[in-house]
Amino acid sequence: MNVLYFAWVRERIGLPVEDVTTSAATVADLVEELRGREERYAAAFADTSALRVALDQELAEFDAPLAGVREVAFFPPMTGG
Amino acid sequence: MIRVQAMPFDAGGELNRFAAEVDGAGAVVSFTGVVRDVAGGLEAMEIEHYPAMTEKALGAIRAQAVQRWDLADALVIHRFGRLEPGEGIMMVATAARHRRDAFEAAEFLMDYLKSRAPFWKKEITRDGAAWVASKADDEAALGRW
Repeated sequence: MNVLYFAWVRERIGLPVEDVTTSAATVADLVEELRGREERYAAAFADTSALRVALDQELAEFDAPLAGVREVAFFPPMTGG
Repeated sequence: MIRVQAMPFDAGGELNRFAAEVDGAGAVVSFTGVVRDVAGGLEAMEIEHYPAMTEKALGAIRAQAVQRWDLADALVIHRFGRLEPGEGIMMVATAARHRRDAFEAAEFLMDYLKSRAPFWKKEITRDGAAWVASKADDEAALGRW
């Protein structure tokens, strides 16, 4: 699946998008997997209460299942307007 | 109508066009958000967004407003990219038969745009760059709807 990062999450990880092959069942499982990769991922995902997630462009919760999802995006709370 | 663009917009011209195109509206309300200066002197504001999600999210917010209030039409324009102090960031306009619907729907649109549309602001000052943090007040503002 495509995993996208925005704002400081993108800066901390150092890339805007990557293709991730995973068998993670939920968003939280995917986060755990990414955290274990490298320090920059661990830093970006240190506090998930400071993050939001969207599945196929719809806001979701961290316990949401990933089955059938093609695009996951992680970002800080939005600051539009 | 929803527009997401890098280009500046002319708030007055947009409002006049919007008002001219709605029929039977006795009330037109608009709000324009402008890049303001910050302590330390703002050089620019950079707005990042999530293109695939932005129009979807804005469309859903607009649809909710149109469903909830008796609106003739609603316009949302939001910019992204690099903006200078004094430039317009975004605008909303609502048209309704009566002013209460137009005012309330415009405030609803603003509150939801702040916390539910995928935009992130970064302030560039002489001292460096910093992402604007979301405010608890902005999230709390959604509670009144």
